[in-house]
Amino acid sequence: MQKLLQLPVNAVNIVKGVQGVTQGQEEALSPVLTPDSGPQNWYSAVQPEELRHLRSGGTGGGGWGRGHDDLKEMLDSNKDSLKLEAMKRIVAMIARGKNASDLFPAVVKNVACKNIEVKKLVYVYLVRYAEEQQDLALLSISTFQRGLKDPNQLIRASALRVLSSIRVTIIVPIMMLAIKEAASDMSPYVRKTAAHAIPKLHSLDPEQKDQLIEVIEKLLADKTTLVAGSVVMAFEEVCPDRIDLIHKNYRKLCNLLIDVEEWGQVVIINMLTRYARTQFLNPNINESLLEENSEKAFYASDDEEEEDKKAEPATLAKRKPYVMDPDHRLLLRNTKPLLQSRNAAVVMAVAQLYFHLAPKAEVGIIAKALVRLMRSHSEVQYVVLQNVATMSIKRRGMFEPYLKSFYIRSTDPTQIKVLKLEVLTNLANETNISTILREFQTYIKSMDKDFVAASIQAIGRCATNIGEVRDTCLNGLVQLLSNRDELVVAESVVVIKKLLQMQPEQHSDIIKHMAKLIDNIQVPMARASILWLIGEYCEHVPKIAPDVLRKMAKSFTNEEDIVKLQIINLAAKLYLTNSKQSKLLTQYVLNLAKYDQNYDIRDRARFIRQLIVPTDKSGALSKYAKKLFLALKPAPVLESPFKDRDHFQLGSLSHLLNAKAAGYQELPNWPESAPDPSVRNVEIPDWSKCSSRKDRKEKKVEKPFYSDSEGESGPTESADSGNCESDSGSGSASASGSDESGSGSESEESGEETESDEEEEDEEEEKKKRKKLDKTKAKKQAEESAERCTIHTIHQISCIINFDQFDMNKITSVFSQTLAPSGSIKMYELLHRIKGEGLAVEYCFSRQPFSPEPNMVAVQIQFTNNTNSETKNLHIEDPRLQSGMRIREFAEIDVLAAGESVTVVMGIDFCDSTQAANFQLCTHTRKFFVSIQPPVGELMTPAFLTENDFKKEQGKLMGMNEILEKLTLGEKCVNEHVIVERVTATANLSRVPCGSDKECRFAGKTVSSGCLVLVTVTTKEGGGAQLTVNCEKMLIGTMLVKDILQALSQ
Amino acid sequence: MIHSLFLINNAGDLFLEKHWKSVISRSVCDYFFEAREKAVEPDNVPPVIRTPHHYLINIYREKIFFVSVIQTEVPPLFVIEFLHRVAETFQDYFGECSESTIKDNVVIVYELLEEMLDNGFPLATESNILKELIRPPTILRSMVNTITGSSNVGETLPTGQLSTIPWRRAGVKYTNNEAYFDVVEEIDAILDKSGTTVFAEIQGVIDACVKLSGMPDLTLSFMNPRLLDDVSFHPCVRYKRWESERVISFVPPDGNFQLMSYHISAQNLVAIPVYVKQNISFFETGSSGRLDITVGPKQTMGKTVEGLVVTVHMPKVVLSANLNATQGTYNYDPVTKILVWDIGKLNPQKLPNLKGSLSLQSGAPKPEENPSLNIDLKIQQLAISGLKVNRLDMYGEKYKPFKGVKYVTKAGKFQVRT
Repeated sequence: MQKLLQLPVNAVNIVKGVQGVTQGQEEALSPVLTPDSGPQNWYSAVQPEELRHLRSGGTGGGGWGRGHDDLKEMLDSNKDSLKLEAMKRIVAMIARGKNASDLFPAVVKNVACKNIEVKKLVYVYLVRYAEEQQDLALLSISTFQRGLKDPNQLIRASALRVLSSIRVTIIVPIMMLAIKEAASDMSPYVRKTAAHAIPKLHSLDPEQKDQLIEVIEKLLADKTTLVAGSVVMAFEEVCPDRIDLIHKNYRKLCNLLIDVEEWGQVVIINMLTRYARTQFLNPNINESLLEENSEKAFYASDDEEEEDKKAEPATLAKRKPYVMDPDHRLLLRNTKPLLQSRNAAVVMAVAQLYFHLAPKAEVGIIAKALVRLMRSHSEVQYVVLQNVATMSIKRRGMFEPYLKSFYIRSTDPTQIKVLKLEVLTNLANETNISTILREFQTYIKSMDKDFVAASIQAIGRCATNIGEVRDTCLNGLVQLLSNRDELVVAESVVVIKKLLQMQPEQHSDIIKHMAKLIDNIQVPMARASILWLIGEYCEHVPKIAPDVLRKMAKSFTNEEDIVKLQIINLAAKLYLTNSKQSKLLTQYVLNLAKYDQNYDIRDRARFIRQLIVPTDKSGALSKYAKKLFLALKPAPVLESPFKDRDHFQLGSLSHLLNAKAAGYQELPNWPESAPDPSVRNVEIPDWSKCSSRKDRKEKKVEKPFYSDSEGESGPTESADSGNCESDSGSGSASASGSDESGSGSESEESGEETESDEEEEDEEEEKKKRKKLDKTKAKKQAEESAERCTIHTIHQISCIINFDQFDMNKITSVFSQTLAPSGSIKMYELLHRIKGEGLAVEYCFSRQPFSPEPNMVAVQIQFTNNTNSETKNLHIEDPRLQSGMRIREFAEIDVLAAGESVTVVMGIDFCDSTQAANFQLCTHTRKFFVSIQPPVGELMTPAFLTENDFKKEQGKLMGMNEILEKLTLGEKCVNEHVIVERVTATANLSRVPCGSDKECRFAGKTVSSGCLVLVTVTTKEGGGAQLTVNCEKMLIGTMLVKDILQALSQ
Repeated sequence: MIHSLFLINNAGDLFLEKHWKSVISRSVCDYFFEAREKAVEPDNVPPVIRTPHHYLINIYREKIFFVSVIQTEVPPLFVIEFLHRVAETFQDYFGECSESTIKDNVVIVYELLEEMLDNGFPLATESNILKELIRPPTILRSMVNTITGSSNVGETLPTGQLSTIPWRRAGVKYTNNEAYFDVVEEIDAILDKSGTTVFAEIQGVIDACVKLSGMPDLTLSFMNPRLLDDVSFHPCVRYKRWESERVISFVPPDGNFQLMSYHISAQNLVAIPVYVKQNISFFETGSSGRLDITVGPKQTMGKTVEGLVVTVHMPKVVLSANLNATQGTYNYDPVTKILVWDIGKLNPQKLPNLKGSLSLQSGAPKPEENPSLNIDLKIQQLAISGLKVNRLDMYGEKYKPFKGVKYVTKAGKFQVRT
């Protein structure tokens, strides 16, 4: 059926071809048909098929032979089916690249057709030809303008889409207006379409840029995942340099990322990579300085080194402890799960983000994902391998475990094989070289000669890079010289030449062997290499060299240019070392060269004659001829072609081509000092302003479906969930709302929370917001108990303290001294006074958030010097940690006077496990092995949830994640107050408000991964109780249950 | 981003073009033809070709080149991945992605391309949404359409695009609710001459066919999830749950889709189901050679090996093969120099053997290289890694679905060096 339907179109084409009337036109349209061969090819390709249709006996298709008249007729008819048929044929013509522009008036009339498919096809036609028929295209505009006002969001969107796709300059103002309106449309889908329309308008009329940027700014603030990808795309095309627009939306974009559709993810990640490069500090700053220095010292010549020495103090001075911006960490954390995306482009985008932004220790995780992509289509492999090749130069260790994944199969396409070789060569080191060379040996036997040549080069590179195997490689290559394939031999000669240059003395027999080969090898490059070798080391082969020159002089005229140049070279060198035997030969060669066709060779001959043959006129230079020619030449460095490619953003087109592509945005260098991080702070919007109920509803629905709990506690989300005044929301608001019991520990926590919030807000906003919040709170809580009021004031005081003092550490200490209930924090011994020879060290878990890195547990350490002398240089050394665990050391304590004590704070990321962190505590004289093992309750921070949120989260953590335990309360656990105290002392959790007085609820999050921990204690008659712990991490849950049980049953 | 798309068949005919921005003359493809000629094999055409004003990014699939034209910087994988998505959509719609099906359904193809990109940026690539917008052709529907003049374009407006779960269409209804999962594992391995494993890994995918009404929320758990250390998921899978609990929790798209793929690279876990004893040698004189291949079972976990095929790419000088197979049939193509021995089921009692002589071009020197053997096989009802699905739970809907899991092991890139 389908074929039958198509017939008329084909038929029309044939007729057109035969008539030859439209032919000229067609050719102009498709210049691919080159005059000599093109047209015939094209028609011969088309015709058999057309004929087939003809033979199959078409009954329909009446009217072929009258050009497009039949189509016009059909379009003018009243029947939708005829119109549809006509449109289908027209679209088929467009698809084949045939010109259908003369039908424009007939088609455009149908733009308002009721039939949805006809309408769609008309749109297709319109977008294709509007540019050519601008005036007629205007006829359709009013239809779209009407469509923009349609109550159905999908129709609004599609009208905008087509309207903006019509490339007619005259409608620019209409488009602008439509975009602006759509940008504030209620439907996120329409807003997405508006974002798509922005680059279209920009390319049509770049003068609209300023207005468009305003729209982009507005859309960037959008909170829906649907819009995010598209608007960032528009941003990238219109104003990629306006990084300032991103600040306020940075955190939101990070948090939404996982829910954005995959194509949007790629664009956002690439943009954020650039953003992060301008806003954060280089996480590897200390290491990279070290690295550069050592590298330079290795390669640089003397004078450069001197410069280095001068530069060194400067660089050293710059070095200071690096603290990662929490926003930087947020980006890394939120992109990591996307390494598991099925979309190779997303994986690559995350990989490049990690490569460019992550601390060295964390980059490794991308290797596995990249290796996985190698299983994909060969085009994907090609691109991934290019990027792996670049990465493997910088970070060899990363891919070493996956060495075997780069082994080559005989069925791989050559371009893939060559890239894999490149990676294997980059990965070669002393330990794995023998395995790699064994692999290479099998490759040399391959049938694919280009690949064999590449393998030989790879062997050469391994040999130059790794001294130990040089001789083995050389021997192997010499064996290849007897290979039957000339290409292989030639390639080996070239590589051997480079290798020999490194240590020529030991290998005169190889040079002799190669001299013999000159009779057989025809590949010019190889011949040239042999000649150069003999010339360079003619003193090692004094007997053979003149003979080779004799042979070459004979065949001089028939050689390729590069060979001729080398013959001249050889002649000159022999003339200088062995003029007795070779004087005449040299003269002869130079004479031949003098009359050569190639001017390079004539020039060279003239130059060399002047230089080596002493005449009266010859200048001072000829005295130094020998020095000039036979100077010791440095051995070539065989470098990877991928070296230094990483100055292009990985994964980009420019990186692949190793040249800047149009529109490529340079990856900026890290800033010297971090720009103000507060620009990313977001005002919490005042929801009372929310004009219509509808708007609010829509926002709520749009809440990301799959965002993880982490995302939800992010800044924007907290704004979202805080939209109803009735629930006490999250963040600081809940902090004051949750102090119900008013016990000491609780108030401490509220202080903590505000403090951590302060970090992120700027002051002005903060004050305003707080006043507002406090006002509303005050109203609400006016009737509540006096006890509560006092807490409230504490809360306010803490705010004031906060405003006055900027130094975070100070604030921390203020809090820990004034607010921390001394009883509830347990001190542990790290080093006993006797064992530490007078130095006593105790530590406690201060339960403060560790500000430099939010996912570390803060450990407060107190040193007391009980000796009579000073202790100096107290610091940590040689931490031995379980994998994944990290330590942030405290700053070294220079002097601890006798009898004094000092307190410092260090951060440890325990990775949510109770494994001990072992390290050495060093003084200027001694080292002590110590370890810190956290009780499970210290691995979490309080989370502030409402009762509803708590129930909701608990619902998600059922089954395996829930642990139930019955217990008998201890004698002293008489009331709620004691239970709360006991539980919060055991674990760093916060109380969740609860309606029933039989139940106490607590919530917290693990510090490292932010998993929720929910604890419920339900008391029963007669001292019985039930403990419920819900936590994703079952191990943590089990241990916590044990600890709380113990605490409660005492 | 993506400016234009040209489809070109193996013979070099350009049979479809589509532009998303202003029209780019097809003469730009000349650069592609040039590269194509230079590459000899279609596999070797560089995926990215640079021309003075444009960049051509192309993929080769089902004997069709998808050539896209790019004008400005864009991640090449972005384009490549998208082009593959286009090819997959065609396959999904027409059963196969070939020149003839594309030509037959040119209007639908055009409509699809129109929906998939807007101004060169991907708009709707989920097959569920596309199917709502444009109905795939069926024989019945095309019959009805020609008679009644109705269309392929969906009458309903696509609501899926608006939802937070863009991969699933709304209002799905089935009378038989069923969910099938195929665990397909492929063994990629390189064995050396002596039969020792140089390199082996398992590439697994779980293909799903889910036909469930409403909005089911599924949870798939494994007996031994620790096997999987490197996984990638369909966007519907919740990463968080996997990370914390090692279960796959998702709201499935409707119909067929690939739920996840995984990669097991630990070599000790990879069982090699067959061994190959081979001896291929060429004589210095007499321009002939000998070939002797025996295949036997190694670690098959008690299952039968089926669909066993051995493919050998012979050196160019081999003119013909005179062989004797104890089981199955062999075929030597003197043009492509490929010897295919189709064995079928492997019988452990009587091992299949292929033996005989090869005749070489007279006068040509004996080939230096030995051809490598590619093995193809299939084992039903077995996932070679030992992965086992534990259970599938459904939340959010009340009916009881029919559930099924199937395991298959295949040889992927399984190569024996000689």
